[in-house]
Order: sequence, then C-alpha cells, then structure tokens
Amino acid sequence: MPSEAARVSPAPPHRAMGMLRWEAALVLVLIAVVVFGTAESSAFFSTTTIFFGGLDIGQVAIMAMPMTLIVITGEIDLSVGAMLGLGATMFGYAFAHGTGVAGAMIIALAVGAAGGALNGFLVTRLGLPSIAVTIGTLTMFRGIAEVILGANEVSGYPTSLTTVGFAPIFAHLAYPFFFFLVLALVYGVILHKTPVGRSLYAIGLNKEAAFFSGIRVNRTKLILYITSGVVCAATGIVYALQNDSSIYTAGSGLELNVVAVVLFGGVSIFGGRGTIFGVVLAAIIVGLSQVAFTLINISSEEQQIVFGVLLLLSVLVPNGAEGYRRARARLRRFRQPKLARGVT
Amino acid sequence: MTAATRPEIVGYEPPAASGHRVAETITRFRPVVIAIIVLVIFGITTIRNSSFASSSSIQGILSVGAIYVLLAVGETMVIITRNVDLSVGSTLGLSAFTVGEMFNHDPHTSMVLIFLAGIGVGAGCGAIIGLITTLARVPSLVVTLAGLYIIRGLVNIIGSGVQIEPSVIPHGFISIGYSTILGIPWLFVIVVAVALLATAWMIAFPAGRELYAIGSNPDAAVLAGIPVTLRVFTVFVISGALAGLGGVLFLAQVATVNSTAGTGYELIVITAVVVGGVAIFGGSGTVIGAVLGAVLLQVINQALVAAGITAFWNSAIAGALLLAAISFDRLVAVRASRAMLAKEGVTYAK
Repeated sequence: MPSEAARVSPAPPHRAMGMLRWEAALVLVLIAVVVFGTAESSAFFSTTTIFFGGLDIGQVAIMAMPMTLIVITGEIDLSVGAMLGLGATMFGYAFAHGTGVAGAMIIALAVGAAGGALNGFLVTRLGLPSIAVTIGTLTMFRGIAEVILGANEVSGYPTSLTTVGFAPIFAHLAYPFFFFLVLALVYGVILHKTPVGRSLYAIGLNKEAAFFSGIRVNRTKLILYITSGVVCAATGIVYALQNDSSIYTAGSGLELNVVAVVLFGGVSIFGGRGTIFGVVLAAIIVGLSQVAFTLINISSEEQQIVFGVLLLLSVLVPNGAEGYRRARARLRRFRQPKLARGVT
Repeated sequence: MTAATRPEIVGYEPPAASGHRVAETITRFRPVVIAIIVLVIFGITTIRNSSFASSSSIQGILSVGAIYVLLAVGETMVIITRNVDLSVGSTLGLSAFTVGEMFNHDPHTSMVLIFLAGIGVGAGCGAIIGLITTLARVPSLVVTLAGLYIIRGLVNIIGSGVQIEPSVIPHGFISIGYSTILGIPWLFVIVVAVALLATAWMIAFPAGRELYAIGSNPDAAVLAGIPVTLRVFTVFVISGALAGLGGVLFLAQVATVNSTAGTGYELIVITAVVVGGVAIFGGSGTVIGAVLGAVLLQVINQALVAAGITAFWNSAIAGALLLAAISFDRLVAVRASRAMLAKEGVTYAK
C-alpha cells in the first residue's frame, strides 16, 4: 500500500523523460519478443500469430483501458473480472428468456453501469478505500452471477455473431483485439488530448489540490467506475459470443491479469503517471509472448513466471533509475564549489 | 543553567462519551460482535436443520476453515503495517507440492522434517518478497502480485507430470487432517495455537506493537526510531511461513494435491481479515477479529448448505458482508470525528 513518502515526485521534466524511457524499453521488449519468437519457431512470424495473439489477450486488453484511467486517479477496480462474468451471465440469461440479442446486450450493459455505479458510490460518497470495496463487489458480482445461472450454461447465440471467436476482421485481426484498438484510440484521445484527461493526472497526483483547483474529483471518479462497469460487461458479451457460451465463472481471476498489464504498461500504482500507449504496448507484448511460448511448448501456467518477472521489473527498473538520478543529482550538488553553493 | 520553561499541563479531562456510544462499542468490540453473529447464524440454522449443531458438522467447519484462519493470521500482520500479501495462495500451493514430492521420494520422511520443509519453503518465499518490498521500496501490492504469478508458475513446473497419490502419504500424516482431540480437530488446535501466539506478540511485545505504529504512519514510525524495514520484512516472512504451514496442513487434509491448490485464496483471506475489522490501510485491527472473520465466512458457507438454501448464494453474501463491514466502520468513524469536533465548537454549515 502506498506510503506517503513514495508519492513525493521529482521535477516534471524528469518524470516525462522517465516515462519516455519506459515506453522505449517496452518497444525494445516487443522487438525482443518478436526476434525470440521468430528464432525459436518458424511458425511465429505469420498472420496466425497476429490473430491468436490478439484473441488471447483481447478481453484482458479491453478491460485494461478503463482500469488505466482508474489507476491514474490513484484508485483501483478489482471487480473487473467478476463484472465480465456478470455481464456474460446477464447477457445469456436474458437471451435464454427470449429478449433477443439486442435486448440482452442492453440489459447486460445496464447491469454493468449499475455495478460500476455501486463501486463509484461506495468509493466517492462513503469515501471507502477502493481496494476493499472492489474486493467486496468482486465477490458479490461473482456471487450474483452464480445465483442467476448456477451450474447452467447458455449457448446457441446466432452464428453471425459468434464469428467474433474464430473469424478475423481486416484480414488478420481478431475481433476482440480490434475492439480493443478502437477503445484504445478513444481512451487515448480522452486521456491525452482533453481537459478531462489532464484532470485525471491531477487527481492522481494530489486529490486535495485537484479539488481546490475546481476539478470535480468525486464526480469524475464515479463516471470512471460506471464506464469501467459498462466496458467490462461489454467484455462479458464478447466472451459469451467468442465462446458461444455464458457461464457464471467467465473471467475468473482476470482482474489480477488486467492490473498486471496496466502496471507493466508503466502506469504508477500510486496514480498520476502512465499512458495509454504504454498499456497498449504491454498488452501486445503479453499477447505475442503467449503465442511464442505456446509454440515452444511452454504451458500457459508456466508462462506465469515470465509474466510475474515482467511485472516486477516494471516497478523495479523505474525505481532504480530514479534512485540513480537522485544519487547523481546529490553528488553533483556536493561537488559544486562552496562559494557557488552559498550563492544559490 | 536554566531549562526552557514549558507550559505545564495542570489537568486534562477526557471528553465524556456521548450518543454514539453504542456504535463505538460495536467497533471496539468487533470480535465479540462477530462471535455473536456466528452464534446467531448457528442458532437459526440449527432451528431449520437440527443436524447442523452436531459435533461432526462443527468439526467440519473448524477443520475446513482452519487453513483460511491460518492465512488470515499472517495477512492481518501484513495489512496492519499498511502492506498487503497477495502471494499467500500460491505459496500454500508451492509448500503443499514440495511436501507432497518429499513423500513421493520417501514415504517414510520424518514428520518434523516435513513441517520444517513446508514452513521453510513459505518463509523463503516471504523473505524474498519482503526483501524486494523493503529494499527496493516498491509497493507490496505489485511485488506480491508478481509473487503470486511467479510462485504459481514454479508450482506448475514442479507439478508438471507429477502425481501425488494419497497412497504414498503416510497414514499418520493424514490423520492430522481428520483426527480430533477432545472433539476438536487437530488442525484447528494447531491454528488456534498460532493465532494465540500472534495475538500475544501483537499485544504484549514492543515489536508487535510497533506494527500498528508503522501502519498508522510509516514516516512517523521511521522518525520515532522504529526499525520499519526490519519489521515489515519480518511480517512478510511470518505471512509466508504461515502460508507454508498452511500448505502442509492442506496436504494433510485432502491427501492429494494438484497445481491449482490454493488458487484464489488470497482474496478470500483478505475478505475475512477486513470483515474481522482490520483496516485495509493499516494501523488497526486484531488477529482475533480476523480469525473470527474467517470463521464467520466458513459458518455462512456451511449454514447455507445445511439450511437448504442453495450454496450459490455463498459468495454474494460474503461480498455484501465485506461491503457492509467497511461501510459501517466508515460511518462510525465519521460520526465519531464529527462528535469530537462538535465538542470543540466546530459546527457544520448545512
């Protein structure tokens, strides 16, 4: 959990440079993954890799978008995986009761909005810590999905829609990944090109200062949680169509994967730092490396080690770099002649 | 030589308790309240299904809940220092697998060695996580999340192609899982002993008390001369060691283990700890409260089955309970601080 000391940040130009370096590092990692995959398996450098890599990471990547904004404001949403499950469940339940696909989608999205609003209400109105709230709603959403669907499974969605699971769009892209890219574009523009986006960084760096400079902190966070609920419920619909199946366990445990991708993308867990570009790179790296490892027969369970190491490096490297910069600055100050130090 | 004159405190009268006394009492005596809730649920369920109060059903609750209780003890210490340990489920899996492998190689491995190995594996994981968290000064949420993945990956590598059959595990070891003393499962006796030790440490020993100081204000704790790094490192080792012990008990209980053992335990344990009254941002809470929180979740779990309500409701109720617990704590805190300010003459514009 964040200690106050760790929030003390260096001058802005340094931070910008630090982030540039982190994304540059991600690009290098991406190149390394491609080189590694190509060297290890002749099947890697192909269009199927693009398709399956995107299909694998699609759902996590989509949910990483709203999560990025929430983490930048210094909060967290651990209920995303459970909301995916609840979205898939509501979609399936409504569809099985004859609402038609469009009706089922609307119901699922409405439930997503309601769930997000509950998170947002508890965090902003009652002022509860988001990590505890969303662990609670995680358990609750999953429980509600379990009550609704039980051990049942809903399938038999229209084949024209279940193509999202096996057919590519634009030649080689998997549908879930395509949705992700569109969403990333929207979120990228909002975060980096609008006053709302700038205000998110302000909230993450210093909530009180942001409040006193006229930013509606609580309302902004509430909206972020509601959109997160809607996007995750939509991911649940994608899950249901992609697998032609709605079960209540859909997306179990994905919340930690989503958080891991966001942090690996260079978003600071303390808030106030991070870019959509970084998270997109992180999602692509994870997706491609999953394909590469699967091709050389490393099981997805064993791949977790690589994932964990990358996550660890994503906090250790920037921290080490900052420590080094600080040490150098201190050394430089020390080396200055006494007179000059006295003057400044 | 004259000492600087200090204003002398002549007298101080503590403010009298006021109308929010009931709410305050409920917060302060959280463990008692949870114990009452447990008994009430127990009573209601027994009315609906008289076999619920049987000794076998109680033994079931105690022995199944024992491992969660054990993990909750370690997690409480970590959370009180304003950290979090998400790696406990994976550590439990690694320990269970290591111990199972030892039986695979030699079914006559001494019991002492088995327990030492399990606890050692856990403590080792905890030590690495503690070192990274304290020395590199990175948030424990991220380090332990990475630990969750890395340790689970290790379990899968060790566990690929390995079968741990109940037949290789000695009977004496498995009996820890089901045999009882005075009607109480051994499993629960071990866990209660651990919880009592932890409680004693956190109440009576300076090192244990310092955990609260660290959680309340880490910077102030450093300035007060508390060895924060050492204490935080220690609690991660303890949490890891308890998860390791949990792995040994897990194997004793189910007599077989696969690579998913302990998956998802971390969030259940944190839920139990928070329901038990430990503040998620550290500084307050008790081991006893957390233990009762874990027992409460387990009782609800079993009561639903016994009362003939479908078990599907289980996690919905657990989640709602967590939200209710933290909301209640928050409302009481707000009321208490308002009452305190009102006493000093601060009023709120309506």
